[in-house]
Amino acid sequence: MELQHGIIILMGLAMILSAILAMVVKDLISSVVAVGVVSLFASIIYLLLQAPDVAMTEAAIGAGLSTLIFLYALHKTKDAEEEND
Amino acid sequence: MIKKLFAAVLLVFMTVMLYQLYSNITEKSELSGVSRGYAERGASELGTQNIVTSIVVTYRGLDTLGEVSVLFIAATGVAVLLRRRKEDEPAVTAAKRQSSEILQTGTRLLTPIIIMFGVYIFINGHLSPGGGFQGGAVIASAVLLLFLSDINYKINHGLFNVIESFSGVFYVLIGILGLLLFGVNNFLDNRILPLGEFGTILSAGAIPVIYSLVGLKVGTELASIIDNMKKD
Amino acid sequence: MNIIHVIGFILMLIGFWGMLTQKNMIKIVLALAIVETGLQLVMVAFGFIKGRTAPILDSAELVNNPASMIVDPVPQALVLTAIVIGVAVNALMLTFVIRLYQKKKTLSITEYKDLKW
Repeated sequence: MELQHGIIILMGLAMILSAILAMVVKDLISSVVAVGVVSLFASIIYLLLQAPDVAMTEAAIGAGLSTLIFLYALHKTKDAEEEND
Repeated sequence: MIKKLFAAVLLVFMTVMLYQLYSNITEKSELSGVSRGYAERGASELGTQNIVTSIVVTYRGLDTLGEVSVLFIAATGVAVLLRRRKEDEPAVTAAKRQSSEILQTGTRLLTPIIIMFGVYIFINGHLSPGGGFQGGAVIASAVLLLFLSDINYKINHGLFNVIESFSGVFYVLIGILGLLLFGVNNFLDNRILPLGEFGTILSAGAIPVIYSLVGLKVGTELASIIDNMKKD
Repeated sequence: MNIIHVIGFILMLIGFWGMLTQKNMIKIVLALAIVETGLQLVMVAFGFIKGRTAPILDSAELVNNPASMIVDPVPQALVLTAIVIGVAVNALMLTFVIRLYQKKKTLSITEYKDLKW
């Protein structure tokens, strides 16, 4: 149980740091990938919370498809990327 | 400046609100009423091993119908907003580079396996974690792999429309069948088919059928969202 | 699992901060996605009960006495719905961003002043 607490705290710190990174960093592709990392860690935490159904959904939809839709949207608006935000 | 101040004040309010919520959390040690009912009746009444599936498909089936409708409306919205107009069609499209030989060969090998895995996930929804939504997402990712490996790949819109419409129609028809056979409280009742032996693949009545329809519908809808976002 | 509530609330606050301060429209949509993830974490953590197992009845003792051995399945079913709707709504919002970009060729939200007083 103690070990699991340590893992959860580490993953929580990683999630919070990537969320802040996603908001701070200038490059849009990096921030999309950082949000994908947040979703992926969330799916591991769901597994530790005894919710395997939610973990599968989050890994397949939240971390996979959603990141990809964001990347396609970036591709369609790519001329604006150099602009300061 | 005034905007930043406003944002800071809002954030402080939000923090105070969330802290209030946090300090009122008491750790649970028992299931509360509705959950206890679902947990105790799920296995014997509906024959599902996975209680979450029994809630999503049957007990709260109307919510799932609403969810599928929201997904359908969102997919339609994406398609309508991104449809190509005649006037802003690009005159010359630059020649794109084909993807590599490894990706193309790997895709030919992997696509059937990925689709089969998606089907496995939603057919086993009543036994193991997973179900229509996860399986649909896996099928959509197989379509995505096809898009990535072949730049000229076009999905068969006719086939996709037929699959999507028919699964939606049959989903609603199965729901109404429950109403007709068991009375007004039984929309999407799974007992229209025999419950079968607990824990085997052909059990839990209509739940595998319903989840397969949901999986096909979600898969085709997510694939069409990707297809519309990809077009340039 | 109080740590997970804290993580979820902090993620929500980061997302709200991003939504209020960012200028780039795609970043605003990303911030909303972070808020969603945080909220879903909090909701699943509400249903967790220490020392219990997942709501899948794959052994005889679980089938005989499920109500005292599994975690709360209702928040899990709700979050399952919320994740799928979340990605569809994100896709729709990104579509609006793309359409706006095609009109004005900029992603900065301060350039869209048509309804500003």
